[in-house]
Amino acid sequence: MSTEALRIVWIFPDLLSTYGDRGNLLILARRAAMRGIPVETYSVRSDQPMPSTADIYLIGGGEDGPQALAAQRLINDGGLHRAVNQGAAVLAICAGYQLFGHSFFAKGAKCPGLGLLDLHSDRGETRAVGEIRGDIDPRLGLPPLSGFENHGGRTHLGPGVAPLARVTAGIGNDGQTEGAWHGKILGTYSHGPALARNPAIADLLLRWATGADSLSPVDDTWPDKLRAERLAAAGA
Amino acid sequence: MGSAERLVSMALRSARPETLKSDSRQLDVTCRSGTLVAVTDGKMPLRAKVATSVSKTAAALSRAAGRGDGSVIGGWIGLKIDPELLTHLASGRAIALVSGTNGKTTTTRLAAAALGVLGPVATNSFGANMPTGHTSALAKAGATPFAVLEVDEHYLARVIDETNPRVVALLNLSRDQLDRAKEVAMMAQMWRTALAGHPDVSVVANADDPMVVWAAQGSSHITWFSAGQRWLDDSFVCPESGHPIERANGDWWCTGCPLRRPQAQWRVEDEGVVDPRGDWHLVKLQLPGTVNIGNAATALAVAAEFGVRPIEALPRLSTVASIAGRYAQVDRDGRNIRLLLAKNPASWLEAFDMAEQAPTLLSINARDPDGFDTSWLYDVDFSPLHNRPVLITGDRAFDLAVRLEVNGIPFRHVLSFEEAIRSVPMGRLEVIANYTAFQDIRAELDRVN
Repeated sequence: MSTEALRIVWIFPDLLSTYGDRGNLLILARRAAMRGIPVETYSVRSDQPMPSTADIYLIGGGEDGPQALAAQRLINDGGLHRAVNQGAAVLAICAGYQLFGHSFFAKGAKCPGLGLLDLHSDRGETRAVGEIRGDIDPRLGLPPLSGFENHGGRTHLGPGVAPLARVTAGIGNDGQTEGAWHGKILGTYSHGPALARNPAIADLLLRWATGADSLSPVDDTWPDKLRAERLAAAGA
Repeated sequence: MGSAERLVSMALRSARPETLKSDSRQLDVTCRSGTLVAVTDGKMPLRAKVATSVSKTAAALSRAAGRGDGSVIGGWIGLKIDPELLTHLASGRAIALVSGTNGKTTTTRLAAAALGVLGPVATNSFGANMPTGHTSALAKAGATPFAVLEVDEHYLARVIDETNPRVVALLNLSRDQLDRAKEVAMMAQMWRTALAGHPDVSVVANADDPMVVWAAQGSSHITWFSAGQRWLDDSFVCPESGHPIERANGDWWCTGCPLRRPQAQWRVEDEGVVDPRGDWHLVKLQLPGTVNIGNAATALAVAAEFGVRPIEALPRLSTVASIAGRYAQVDRDGRNIRLLLAKNPASWLEAFDMAEQAPTLLSINARDPDGFDTSWLYDVDFSPLHNRPVLITGDRAFDLAVRLEVNGIPFRHVLSFEEAIRSVPMGRLEVIANYTAFQDIRAELDRVN
């Protein structure tokens, strides 16, 4: 890995890539490149060691079995813990979000998580499926969250994290809050290619990773049209 | 007759309120013209007979009202009257079921054509692939000795129970309509359980798809075919052991348990199919793409279970030109428009394989039959569309716009199919659309078949 380029790791696409999760890697790389930031991307499979020196880590959604397997391998490997301790930025989606907490449920059993976010997840009575919309924590200075959620879990936040957003349509963690953040780690139930509808979150991750206070504006005509359409469709 | 008419009328009103409002005059006329006909199978219970004739009438009414193919409403009403109607209608027929995520409509059509060598074949050729569609298809066909039915993968267990098939063909399993479909491993488990309960059924299964092999391997009578697996992302993890699956040179194996690719008796080679005796047969189809040669191989393997030889079946396969609009070519305003249906990541890859280097219109909706989630767009690599004019339309054109921008593919957004036609030069226009977007465009082309 060269030292100048921004290094982005996609964690375990062989296990956690059920809903177009590749999109987040593509979008981050594109938005960095449009700002003239050189990027190197790495797709790290579950049978490979997890590098600890990258700048941004992405982890996606998946079924119960692969989720439990991914958590176990990340705990055993330790590379991701070292990366987070060194200040790496993280976007964790859906199953990947759950496994960042202390514990989660998969195939009816309670599984240990990475403990990198102060939260735990269990099963809801119903599956949360549909458009989701929320007002993001004002401290992050971002426009409303727009997404599509599809999960059976409910997530309970501890004092060591803040909700990413207050839900205005959809379920999220529990019908009130959605996602969580702490330091440079963002977790969300807005699944799959969440950054397609939320380019401002992509830019936040890029700012965290580069230390830049601001990034030059890019043409977001189509993402803006998509956001307007989906925020209206969520009906909040 | 009077009470049956009232029943149809009530059922239609509750099912499709808008139908009767706009078309009540036409429906009345159809009713009086007397389409209630006696069914051919004298062994059916009276309730089943009534249900069958009402079902056929409703289908005719639906068609007359311009509400569709009539391939669902008739069965829906028939099953309301006699919940065991499908079992009654299946009784006495030799039946093949075809299921999987992709290719089932085409494979069903090809297998039905192949079985036609033996006699009349009932089939749900409009893609209505749930029990209501099967009921309609069998009721409409009358007493045929054979039937080939396309089955939605979620309903396979139930339809096996109700139709007691001779053969079940399993094509593939991959992600599809993720907001409500069962996840792939759960679907494979459902199939496995269903087949374990019917050890006498002959299974014709795709050796290239680990999920299909695992679902089928408990059966005592299996014929394996090799139709390839273009989409690998849903079978990196062994459904038996949870270990990674390795692939090399068309072979695959689990790194943690004995599950591995079985030897295929039927396989695609060049432009043809090799049969279990090792004989190679040239496959001449009107349908495009190597994927359809794989579908033909599957159809030949199914037909062989009924004693039909490839040499008898092949001429019939070549008569199939399009299926419910899929692959259809229509000339309009100097443009030769070809329709390709692509419903999920695997079938998009297949459509790119079939499409010529010509202006291409992509249309995406996310209505109920499509699934409401568009995140699969990022599972598709659109780069085969580089270096050709690309137009986009549909309810979810903005999702597609963002996706193509990320893919670095220039495009133009058009607001209608008419605008798309006007925007391209004379010659071929390839149209690739997902389910309801495809039906919308097909409607603009007078419901081309």
